[in-house]
Amino acid sequence: MKRFAGLLVVVLAAAGVLWADSALSINGAGATFPYPMYSKWFDEYHKKNANLQINYQSIGSGGGIKQVTEGTVDFGATDGPMNDEQLKAYQDKHGSGILHFPTVLGAVVPTYNIPGVTAELNFTPDALAGIFLGKITKWNDPAIADANKGVKLPADDIVVVHRAEGSGTTYCWTDYLSKVSDEWKTKVGKGGSVNWPVGLGGKGNEGVTGTIKNTPDSIGYVELIYAESNKIPYGNVKNASGVFVKASLAAVSAAAAGAAKEMPDDFRVSITNAPGKTAYPISTFTWLLIPEKFSDAAKRDAIKGFVKWMLADGQNYAEALSYAKLPKEVVAKETKAIDKIQ
Amino acid sequence: MATTTTTVPSAGPVAGSRSFLSRLRQGDEIAHIITFLFAVSVVLVTLLLVFDLWQGSALPRHKFGFNFFRTSVWDPIFDHFGALPFIYGTLVTAAVSLVIAVPLGIGAAIFLAELAPARVSDTLEFFIDLLAAVPSVIYGLLGVFIVVPLMRQYIQPALKHSLGFLPLFQGPAYGVGFLTAGIVLAIMVIPYIISVSREVLLSVPRDQREAALSLGATRWESTWKVVVPFARGGILGSIFLALARALGETMAVTMVIGNTPAISASLFSSGYSIAAVIANELTEATSNLHYQSLIELGLVLFLLTFVLNGLARLLIVATSQRGAGMGNA
Amino acid sequence: MNARLRWRKFVSGFMLAMTGVCALVSVSVLFLILGYLVFHGGTSISWNFFTKLPAPVGETGGGMANAIVGSGKLLLIATLIGVPIGFFGAIYLAEFSGSTTAFIVRYAADLLNGVPSIVIGIFAYSLVVLPFKQFSTLSGGFALGLMMIPITLRSTEEFLRAVPNALREAAMALGASKSKTIATVIVPAAYRGILTAILLAFARVAGETAPLLFTAFGNRFWSQGWTQPTAALPEMIYRYAISPYDDWHRQAWAAGLVLLGLILVINIVARAILSRGIAVPRT
Repeated sequence: MKRFAGLLVVVLAAAGVLWADSALSINGAGATFPYPMYSKWFDEYHKKNANLQINYQSIGSGGGIKQVTEGTVDFGATDGPMNDEQLKAYQDKHGSGILHFPTVLGAVVPTYNIPGVTAELNFTPDALAGIFLGKITKWNDPAIADANKGVKLPADDIVVVHRAEGSGTTYCWTDYLSKVSDEWKTKVGKGGSVNWPVGLGGKGNEGVTGTIKNTPDSIGYVELIYAESNKIPYGNVKNASGVFVKASLAAVSAAAAGAAKEMPDDFRVSITNAPGKTAYPISTFTWLLIPEKFSDAAKRDAIKGFVKWMLADGQNYAEALSYAKLPKEVVAKETKAIDKIQ
Repeated sequence: MATTTTTVPSAGPVAGSRSFLSRLRQGDEIAHIITFLFAVSVVLVTLLLVFDLWQGSALPRHKFGFNFFRTSVWDPIFDHFGALPFIYGTLVTAAVSLVIAVPLGIGAAIFLAELAPARVSDTLEFFIDLLAAVPSVIYGLLGVFIVVPLMRQYIQPALKHSLGFLPLFQGPAYGVGFLTAGIVLAIMVIPYIISVSREVLLSVPRDQREAALSLGATRWESTWKVVVPFARGGILGSIFLALARALGETMAVTMVIGNTPAISASLFSSGYSIAAVIANELTEATSNLHYQSLIELGLVLFLLTFVLNGLARLLIVATSQRGAGMGNA
Repeated sequence: MNARLRWRKFVSGFMLAMTGVCALVSVSVLFLILGYLVFHGGTSISWNFFTKLPAPVGETGGGMANAIVGSGKLLLIATLIGVPIGFFGAIYLAEFSGSTTAFIVRYAADLLNGVPSIVIGIFAYSLVVLPFKQFSTLSGGFALGLMMIPITLRSTEEFLRAVPNALREAAMALGASKSKTIATVIVPAAYRGILTAILLAFARVAGETAPLLFTAFGNRFWSQGWTQPTAALPEMIYRYAISPYDDWHRQAWAAGLVLLGLILVINIVARAILSRGIAVPRT
């Protein structure tokens, strides 16, 4: 019995050692917003490069920033760009910087589940701010009803759903609300994790979608693909030019058009409430957070290879999953920036 | 068969060292040392854990002090952290679970200990022990897909309809919330109450029952007025054990409580517990203060469960000893 | 027979019947749980589930092969950590220690046992993940192993103590040294109970999720070796259950059935082993 146990341990240890050498494993973590896109990309890239595994865990943008700063993952992902304080913290800890690489564009949509209402509702900025501040509590409130003449809205209480953890999707949503509502700006502010005045917390875009699906009279904010693939209705939002726009790839690209020409070198830019008649006001880039310096040359080359692929072939997978491709100018600028990764 | 060890005691250092060496060779000293090291490692690991929690929560302890327990704001943007909503949620869900589990559990334990024939009692106990082995995430799974819709569609509206005048049952029925979490926790802790109470009741000496019956008490009166009070300490201990388990539960709670740091009189409201907020926010707390506040919450939880577990064991041991010391079987 | 006595008799019968109802309700919950899992999970168990890796988000046809293997690896490390410490520590407590040391060790074990699993997760994160900057199977196994220690320690100690002193004295009378007695007489005498204790501790940690959230972390691919993040059954159940995808929900049920099935089988086997052995006190 003892001899068998000993043999078993030796065999397993050997297996562990041998196993460990067969493929390069890279770990990343962060945003749930682009998770459908990334999981498809890493799957496809693995098919093309069988000895490279890129394991991505969607734990929320806040988690991505924190874990890449701690160094427990090789790269992070976020849709709320790191602020100066966080960049400095990374610099202090590692002695070198971290780079933002936009991957795709997406839209954050107000999605809802109102029994008996299948129409696409129109939401004004004031309505959205009021709902999430907890000041508008019923679906048939004039602030909502006035923009939706012809739709019978029930007198039910609104159930607000938001993110339970630190999220870039939240960052984009609150960034937008801060721009359109002074009350929101002072009372709550913008960030990955805020002190929500009302609402239930769901974990990840996945959790929020699941909660909305299961909760009548609820409203929440999720990335477009989550609403579409789960067939829950989402509303049109009034943009800066006064037009009610439905989130679509064209509308998101329109929102990014201006920023594309003025893209800063570090790629951190906000495109919420962008000007333009066709622009969707709650759009955002989403970024990979890649360290400037890699101590492991194999990992560095693997990641650089992936980013190159992502900017070229990878972009072709985006539209099928309801993400907008990056503007050409941004792709060109990023391709040059890849060389910054040492 | 061991070689003979007893050396004839003889004078001189050579003989003495030979006996030490021979003891050493037979492995007694080594065995003693090795097993001692393993046992000590348990103590060291536990000390390290407590130390880690203490050290890891230094920032908020110094910054907030006792205000940590009085503030109900949890604001990562403005770096204000208060533990009150989480302590509230943890305590409320535990209380709800006990209100449901204690009567059920003690009732079942009485049945198993007093009424059921030994075979039936043992079989049922076997199944109840299996219930205790079901992992938390499976309870969460059932909670999300079965209990929450049930609550939202039937139970919460029914409660609102009949008992809606109480502030406990007001407000919109989300399905998730304090009440749902309490119900799921109740199912999880019933096995602990039943199995410990049953053991304690079984250890009450027979002459107590017989004396009551001989004085004309009905079966129920003898049980409820004599046997149960005798086992009171152990039963209370089982309740503390159940409470400790309910307080520390993570997965099942975070899946059905709603994850909102809210304090509300209504049980329908969604809330948060200490364990749930740690699970949701630990891997992403970017500011040091945020991260360490979560650790401080962990420390609070640890202390709560530590005190309760200690009390529980004291009570259970005290009752069993009473039972064993007094009558005979 | 007067009215008062009739009332008392009625109350007695009624209350005792109610206790029967309580017992019935409690036991039927177990069967309800099993029933639901078998119903929802049974229909979702497929060959894909056991052999395929997770598919990209939103696509069907994926499986949990890596999570099953991952759980196995985590539990192996947990056992390698928890069992030796628990076993040898128990031998120390039962055979060698003085009463003060014994009290301290037992107290520490009870303390460790009462630590909520999420707090064990925090500890493992700060001790094993952060310093090495790596989420790994090792850190997850470490957290689970910590949880196994107190269960193994206390149960093994009880079974060792239950071995009658006559056996120890007989061995000594025949000239055996203490360590020889332990190895060849006492442990074999208590081995059924010890095996039961190990199995029960194993079953206990097999279902734990919370400590794995910050240690094993999760992996969509096969986890290589021992120092990479790994998927595990309980963690996959959690992620899939809170997602909006029906296919993931079905997989969560299937995983729940597999996990619970494993745990129940281990529990039943453990108790069967125990009941066949020599009379030792049930814990």
